[in-house]
Amino acid sequence: MEERLRVNPILCTGHGLCAELLPEAIQLDEWGYPILSDQPIPNELKKLARRAVTDCPALALMLVRDRSSS
Amino acid sequence: MTSATAFWFASRATGVISLVLFSLVAILGILVNRQGRLPGLPRFAVTGLHRNLSLLTVAFLGMHIVTAIVDGYAHIPWLSSVVPFTSGYERFWIGLGAVAVDLFAAVIVTSLLRDRLRPAVWRAVHWFSYVCYPVVVVHSMGAYKDLRSGWLLALTMATVFAVVTAIGYRVLDALAAVPRPGRVPEQLVLAEEVQADKAGSLR
Amino acid sequence: MTAAIRDVVTRDAATAGSEKPKPSGLPRLLPATGQPLELATHLQVHGAIPYRGGPRMLIHTIESAGLTGRGGAAFPTHRKLTAVADQKGAPVVVGNGAEGEPASDKDKMLLWSSPHLVLDGLQLAAETVGARKVHLYVHREPRLVQRLQSALAERATTGLDRLPVSLVTAPPRFLAGEASALASRVEGGPALPRFNPPRMSERGVNGAPTLVQNVETLAQLALISRYGPAWFRAIGTSAEPGSMLTTVQRANGCGEVTETAIGTPIAELLKLAEHPAQAVLVGGYHGAWLTPEQAKHLTLSNADLRPLGAAVGAGVLAALPADRCGLVESARVVQYLASESAGQCGPCLNGLPRIAATLWQLAEHRSAPAARDDLHRWSKLVERRGACHHPDGTVRFLRSALTVFADEVMLHETGRCSAGTYEPFLPIPATSPDHKDDWS
Repeated sequence: MEERLRVNPILCTGHGLCAELLPEAIQLDEWGYPILSDQPIPNELKKLARRAVTDCPALALMLVRDRSSS
Repeated sequence: MTSATAFWFASRATGVISLVLFSLVAILGILVNRQGRLPGLPRFAVTGLHRNLSLLTVAFLGMHIVTAIVDGYAHIPWLSSVVPFTSGYERFWIGLGAVAVDLFAAVIVTSLLRDRLRPAVWRAVHWFSYVCYPVVVVHSMGAYKDLRSGWLLALTMATVFAVVTAIGYRVLDALAAVPRPGRVPEQLVLAEEVQADKAGSLR
Repeated sequence: MTAAIRDVVTRDAATAGSEKPKPSGLPRLLPATGQPLELATHLQVHGAIPYRGGPRMLIHTIESAGLTGRGGAAFPTHRKLTAVADQKGAPVVVGNGAEGEPASDKDKMLLWSSPHLVLDGLQLAAETVGARKVHLYVHREPRLVQRLQSALAERATTGLDRLPVSLVTAPPRFLAGEASALASRVEGGPALPRFNPPRMSERGVNGAPTLVQNVETLAQLALISRYGPAWFRAIGTSAEPGSMLTTVQRANGCGEVTETAIGTPIAELLKLAEHPAQAVLVGGYHGAWLTPEQAKHLTLSNADLRPLGAAVGAGVLAALPADRCGLVESARVVQYLASESAGQCGPCLNGLPRIAATLWQLAEHRSAPAARDDLHRWSKLVERRGACHHPDGTVRFLRSALTVFADEVMLHETGRCSAGTYEPFLPIPATSPDHKDDWS
């Protein structure tokens, strides 16, 4: 099952935890906001991705299931 | 009147530890909210510490309740730990303890389920923490008279002072905060200044 | 006067539309006389509202006519109507007259001159989807609001409207007409866009299936329901039939709202032969600049414009005269767009002001050497990272400006400019000090 990261930009206040936990898929822009990889999360990173979603203090990060890539 | 059973001592000890832990958890929670950091630790460690200490608090709180009830002297029914003001012994102070347990349980359960709840719902319940804290302090000082003097009083006051300071800081920060739509003009001015600094003289 | 109107309403209810001569040519939406149409005259010209007597009955007619949304997205209207009519639960209809775009006046003009066509369309759309609540969403302009209120009152007393219409005012903001901002405002909150809202047709205002239609689309619907699909298709192209309202600003500074057939050459609308331009802006401030060479061969149709990365949108066309500086004009627009950010999303809140400031510096000959790199980097940082399309539209406008005015950019980087005057050409609203808090 393909899972991708998605962020609610209104809820996100740039805590930056997600980028610390998952630098392979999340970078911070020059203002501290997350730039998410648009690739599906590889299996070995899924656990960390789920932790990033749970740990986001603003609950802004989500893992969404995609049927296909755009 | 005092009972010298081990349970009596354990109940008081775990109660004090729970109070101190709760204070630390509250301060860490405020730190997370204000995007603060602990020196040398990554950001996810601050949230991690906040969560792990809160679970430790659950453990100590559990022991505090169990030992208080198992200590037969006071005859507190099990249900009174969650249903406020139903205990025969010290009805009011124990009742406050039950109120605190209910509020705390709501916060903990919603936090364990936080990635399944709507952010607004999780956040609304988490605000109960601010109500829970004063209830915990009042319950502690009311039910355990030794907290009202000596080093235990000093300890309690120190934790209260720390938490109140943190809350004060949180409130002041929130009052000073401009709602996001209103931050646009400030950003426009800031950007102008930043770009002016960068500008070379091309003329 | 009211009794006379009631007579027309009851008399024509049985033979709605069939006795009235079909208007030929243009204008269709705007009154032929140029004077705003009062209710009595409107009924004389067009007859009573041709209610169908039940839901869905108008959908096939609208499908045959090929009507698409006139609010900018050009979505097939019959599909929207069907989507909402198919939902369980009582739908809500909102007529969107809050155009937000400073360069566009067509919705205001339509609401002022032909309010009853819009209000007819609102009732017909409501009947078609089986709605119980109807709203009309317009900017907080006192004279227009007053006019609409008296038009609605008149219709209520003569029994013309089957459903009461609630007038909802929008703040004077660029994003006020955005779909989720509209829903938020109609619900009583601020007109701020929301992130990933559910589909409006399924769960819109207060969770009800919601039909949102631009006021021009509603007016077209009101005409089609009287005169039929064949009449509607008599002008325009076969892929994009009908007329549309456009706001044109020609290079001589003269601007007007004009109704035109879709597929009319842009050069004709802007009278480029008489008033040559150095560049043409198509689609308003979230649109794109084109060169005159490009514009010469294009008609006002999505078939011509989409391949170039532009779109008909809400029909905004502006021709920049040769004596202006394209860079300065664009910098003014981008500054306006930056100040109109909702400020809800970090990338937009941070990126747009920096883009605006850098572009201004370029326009004022005081830019840093890295200005173009900064603009390029920030454009990529703000695109698609907001809850709404405000940053995307701004970047589209910016990129087209840097392309079309590339020569001007090079001049400015060496401290020169080709302009004869810096007098503002494109309309930018002045803002009051309270403006930053004004979202409701």
